[in-house]
Amino acid sequence: MTVEIGLDDIEDLAIGSALLGTGGGGDPYIGSLLCREAIGNFGPVRMIDVSQLADDDAVFGAAAMGAPTVMIEKLYSIEDQDRAIRALERYMGRTATAITSLEIGGCNSMMPVAYAAMRGLPIVDGDGMGRAFPQLQMTSFNIGGVKCAPMTLADEHGNVVVFETDSGLKAEELARPLVAAMGAAACMSCYPMTGSEARSTLVPGTLSAAIAIGRAVSGKRHADLAPVERLLAALRELPLYGYANCVFEGKIVEVERVTRDGWVFGTCTMRAPEPSHDAVVTFQNENLTFSIGTELKCVVPDLVMIVDTETAHAIPTERLAYGQRVSVIACSAPRQLTSQEALDVVGPKGFGLDVPYTSVKSLLA
Amino acid sequence: MRVGVDVGGTNTDAALIAGREVIASVKAPTSADVGSGIVQAIRAVIETAGVGKDSVTAVMIGTTHFTNAFVQRRDLAKVLAIRIGAPASRGVPPFTGWPDDVRQAVFGGSALVTGGFNYDGKPISTFEPAQVIEAVRQGQAAGISQVAVSCIFSQLNSEQEIRVAEIVAEVAPELSVTLSSELGRVGLLERENAAIMNASLRPLAAVVATAFADALRQLELACPWYVSQNDGTLMSAERLRRHPVLTFAAGPTNSLRGAAWLTGQTDAIVIDVGGTTTDIGVLKGGFPRQSSVHVDIGGVRTNFRMPDILSVGLGGGSIVRHVGDQVTVGPQSVGFRLREEALVFGGSTLTASDIAIASGWADFGDRSLLSELHELDVAAARKVMSDIVADAVDRIKTTADDVPVVLVGGGSMLIQEAPVGVSTLHRPDHAGVANAIGAAIGQVSADVDRIYMIASTDDREAAFAEVRQLATQGVLDAGGLLSELEIVDLEAIPIQYLPGGATRVICRAVSDLASTETDA
Repeated sequence: MTVEIGLDDIEDLAIGSALLGTGGGGDPYIGSLLCREAIGNFGPVRMIDVSQLADDDAVFGAAAMGAPTVMIEKLYSIEDQDRAIRALERYMGRTATAITSLEIGGCNSMMPVAYAAMRGLPIVDGDGMGRAFPQLQMTSFNIGGVKCAPMTLADEHGNVVVFETDSGLKAEELARPLVAAMGAAACMSCYPMTGSEARSTLVPGTLSAAIAIGRAVSGKRHADLAPVERLLAALRELPLYGYANCVFEGKIVEVERVTRDGWVFGTCTMRAPEPSHDAVVTFQNENLTFSIGTELKCVVPDLVMIVDTETAHAIPTERLAYGQRVSVIACSAPRQLTSQEALDVVGPKGFGLDVPYTSVKSLLA
Repeated sequence: MRVGVDVGGTNTDAALIAGREVIASVKAPTSADVGSGIVQAIRAVIETAGVGKDSVTAVMIGTTHFTNAFVQRRDLAKVLAIRIGAPASRGVPPFTGWPDDVRQAVFGGSALVTGGFNYDGKPISTFEPAQVIEAVRQGQAAGISQVAVSCIFSQLNSEQEIRVAEIVAEVAPELSVTLSSELGRVGLLERENAAIMNASLRPLAAVVATAFADALRQLELACPWYVSQNDGTLMSAERLRRHPVLTFAAGPTNSLRGAAWLTGQTDAIVIDVGGTTTDIGVLKGGFPRQSSVHVDIGGVRTNFRMPDILSVGLGGGSIVRHVGDQVTVGPQSVGFRLREEALVFGGSTLTASDIAIASGWADFGDRSLLSELHELDVAAARKVMSDIVADAVDRIKTTADDVPVVLVGGGSMLIQEAPVGVSTLHRPDHAGVANAIGAAIGQVSADVDRIYMIASTDDREAAFAEVRQLATQGVLDAGGLLSELEIVDLEAIPIQYLPGGATRVICRAVSDLASTETDA
């Protein structure tokens, strides 16, 4: 199946990808402006199913890396993304035949679409996370044995860094200070792979899923339902996520944040109108766990979304504030993220949490 | 004594206040020229109170004039936008994301010049005055009168924006310059949008400021006068000419603050029933609860601090209809044509006001004109109205506990019973002019929003001390009293994905105006 991503899909993609960002991933707004501009200039983007990739296709990942607060000051340019990809193409001696998103959650859903429009390349319907994660090694590509590096970083001045590493974790460790030296907002390309590697490691269908979620939340589908119900209906229709429930509805009564090593850790406590136990979401950039009282109800990599009860739009962790009326959606992660190898990287252990992973479906049963 | 004035789309209200007391309040129709309506309202309120002009120590004016002008794309000037920070940000140039019609009305060219700062204060590239001069010359040639200047991380370091203002003053002194660092917070595009919007409104601001000054002169009032800002605090005439955009949310803010002052309630829900909509806001510690999301004004994204307001389509002019066997109320309204179109005024449209009069809740117009109304329909419409209010109150509440509600606005007679979840219903005297009262009680404030590298408790304390000092100085510069100064917000927000403890620190200070101290 080949479909196009056009101007009309951008807002839905922004809404859907913010939700899949589970509190992190950055605001897709700036990226959506780049997408509009690129699609306006170069026309719609062809979105291809993973099954349409040929074994020897050259698939390149495109993304922005940096601090969301800096990104909204320095904005972005598609030319910088181009430099990152071209440099990796030169280094690899291969020319990209398709572009993929590394992270569908948040702002990194957008740049690859804008870039694919500019290059006239197809974008693969899928990504490396099926949500948002804070670090480069936390991808289904890495879990599936695709190397993160060689990778490139490009800043707005034309400075480009190419480097190789022995692991995804090392790529993350090297990239982070490089990005800071580039002004804390850079474009990158990594996880260069063949079509067959992409087919076996990508989380498939996430780009069309984000658009479908956005369409439902904005009321273009399931218009007869309330916003939160529309979101649930959209998630349940997607085999990728499948199990989704609204596990709490109430008001935020406390938000605590601390910063350690460049990460923001915190908790968000919520209270329901009918007094029961308080509900708590913990986060490290993205939401990690959801519990009611002392009972754990959902843990990473399963998705914990805090949404505005009124609109079902995502509320990112930095905007959580006392008094907001919120609903918490717990949703099962794509199966690529829940194998034993995957859980070592993106499960509770990958975030230093001392709890075993249990699927949200059994936690809520 | 202070006079507060609220210049709305339909009415100009005035209230005279001494200490904790409302001496008099009046409503007058808004005039097309703004000034004569104000003259009429202030003259009426002074006469009603029977006081001498000398006893008026200050006049505070709240107006929706600039919001309406921008939303309706009226009286807007063309703006040349100069952004400092190339080559960063070039993918998203100024005016990106603006709706076509307003872009057409305001776009006067845009230039991206080198310079700007990184998050750690290091330069992005070298600032080159020649590039600015070139852009300004082009703007001059195109007949532009307004320049808006933005710069990457200018809220961290405004020096290059100020440099551009100096260059413009040198090479093209006839141009007015708006700096983004004086208006906005973190978020280049939103801060820049605010600067462009502001620049587009400055010629109108000059006209309005002159009209205000002329009105006071005509009234022979020698006292200082101020204009209400978004946050309920005041700015001077001079500031109004420079920063009209800061009046954008003054209407709802004044209504909330006026409601708080009239009732002594500091934590309550305020329901302001107007002619077309009912606006519901929340008071927290005497100040409006701020919205946490980006606010689009006339389709343009900004990051102003605005009160979190829920608007529902119920007001005195709301049209009551039969749809099948259901009765609906609003959201369509006859608006300011109430006195021609409502049944009680001999018109042919059944409105929410007619329902209130038929129910004995209010008495104006000619009641006998309602004799044809069916009691069942009246009861059904009442039920619809009370359901609309109850639902809206429930949506905006932040706790399960019952909360007090303050009713204000010209249409407040539409609400007679406390909705579910409400502890007490306050219906203060002078509720119809809460906006004017909110204007009269305005204080002065200053905001600081910067990024600091905070690695230790000492760093944190030093950053806090610096922002406190800057905010305090800002309040003093705006004419505030040191003795009444209060830091109402002091917050450190760590920046994600950055080692080294980069932290955004926000501080806000508020104080009473020196010139109103004597009657406080």
